[in-house]
Amino acid sequence: MTTDVRPLPPTLSTIVRAGTQATETAPVKIDVRDLNFYYGQKRALDGISMAIHANRVTAFIGPSGCGKSTFLRTLNRMNDIIPGARVEGSVRIDGHDAYGSGVDVVSLRRQVGMVFQKSNPFPKSIFENVAYGLRINNLTRSKAELAERVEESLRAAAIWDEVKDRLHESALALSGGQQQRLCIARALAIRPDILLMDEPASALDPIATQRIEELVYDLKKAYTIVIVTHNMQQAARVSDYTAFFWLGRLVEYGRTDRIFTAPAEKLTEDYVTGRCG
Amino acid sequence: MAVSLGPNASSAGRRRADLVFQAVALVVLAVALGALAVLVATVWRDGAHRLTWQFLTSFPSRRAESAGIYHAIVGSLYVIALTAAMALPVGVAAATYLEEYGGRSRLARFIELNIANLAAVPSIIYGLLGLGLFVRTMAMGRSVLAGAATLALLALPVVILSTREALRTVPSSIREGSYALGATKWQTIWYQVLPMAVPGILTGLILALSRAIGETAPLITIGALTYIPFAPDSVWSAFTVLPIQIFNWVSRPQAAFKDNAAAGILVLLALLLTMNAIAIVLRDRYQRKGRP
Repeated sequence: MTTDVRPLPPTLSTIVRAGTQATETAPVKIDVRDLNFYYGQKRALDGISMAIHANRVTAFIGPSGCGKSTFLRTLNRMNDIIPGARVEGSVRIDGHDAYGSGVDVVSLRRQVGMVFQKSNPFPKSIFENVAYGLRINNLTRSKAELAERVEESLRAAAIWDEVKDRLHESALALSGGQQQRLCIARALAIRPDILLMDEPASALDPIATQRIEELVYDLKKAYTIVIVTHNMQQAARVSDYTAFFWLGRLVEYGRTDRIFTAPAEKLTEDYVTGRCG
Repeated sequence: MAVSLGPNASSAGRRRADLVFQAVALVVLAVALGALAVLVATVWRDGAHRLTWQFLTSFPSRRAESAGIYHAIVGSLYVIALTAAMALPVGVAAATYLEEYGGRSRLARFIELNIANLAAVPSIIYGLLGLGLFVRTMAMGRSVLAGAATLALLALPVVILSTREALRTVPSSIREGSYALGATKWQTIWYQVLPMAVPGILTGLILALSRAIGETAPLITIGALTYIPFAPDSVWSAFTVLPIQIFNWVSRPQAAFKDNAAAGILVLLALLLTMNAIAIVLRDRYQRKGRP
């Protein structure tokens, strides 16, 4: 057991830092301070502060509507496209303010990749799905290099062996689990630093889910991964850190083993043991 | 309470209502199709005997039996192709602006309101506009180009409205997927959204062109001729189109010309059906693309 248990003040809005710095050697990749998020008048996130470490898997858990997906989407500014959305506070990625005035959102999203809850392959061939990000960002210089990067990405997403003989067939002919791994390959192709995953396995059967989880485990060597999940066992299995959200607030954040075995907050305990939410 | 599977009072009543509705729908459909069938049958009876190779390849003549419709077919195809070439890019661009960029700005709403109004403007008004703008001010003369530009104006509202509808049906997950890969807004629209909207856009275009190809009034207004002894050979040529030729023949006193008109109507119908068939084939091909 680590000695990361730090007693929390009674109010939930208190800044919850990763209470683990004592044993954590990985640098902070994403540093969020006092983040508020509004959909029009409605406040969806309330004073979130947390530090996400590089090359670790950080899981966001919490009941539906608690803001975990919204928070995930503030990290690559996907919420920008929602009319009426507004952000306060700061998100620093490698020390750079993601909401700073000189920030190129397109470049930010290229470095902070995202995999969605519902697999969303483009209605194109498997090859073109992966090649798309490379093409639009002008990341390859020749056809050979493009093919190489596509293969590399499909291998990294552990789907190459299943699709190598039908790269030019429609991606929509793949099974749900394969489609989701294709979407991961697509995200990896442009070599992001950070990979955000919004309930990537919620629509998949147990075997496909297991493959995604193994993949997440492998990928953390090269990427910082943030994963939203409804599934507590999944959070326990794949993540190093877990953050528990409740009604737009970050209730507790710490090492996954501690969150699940010795939560500091009563609310967290009730949620992870299935008594509420 | 035990399960009972037999009929009861309430289910019998609802089933009856069901049957009544079905019958009414069927009758209404039969009336609509019946009217169309009678129309086509009458035209066929009068015109079928004139549908010869000679009729399709000849120019107009004072004698009904040697008159043909070649010039009008070429004129119609010429005008409609040019109309499509003008209405499609402008319509799609306008719809893309309104749907993707305009948002809820005052300007966008103003344009929107006007487009909805334009769709309801009588076609002869477009003819007057075409006469003033294209024929006179822009000095295109009574040319194929002026005719096509006028019909393109007429077709635009429908193209814009149906393109917007098609853009709206592209799921947001596709847009998000593209943005998440570092695509710009324009890249997302050009590479993902528009290709997925193609079937809907094509359907709207064909609807608009089907209306345009049957238009007579605006073309007469801008001065398309009712008698020309040649087929157009450039965008600056004078021209006539099928509906004008039909109109011309119908207004003659001789019965033989009326038969020519009927045959002309059959040709126009065939042209319309062909256009619609092409549209359906194109749409199906694009819909299948990327799907298993």
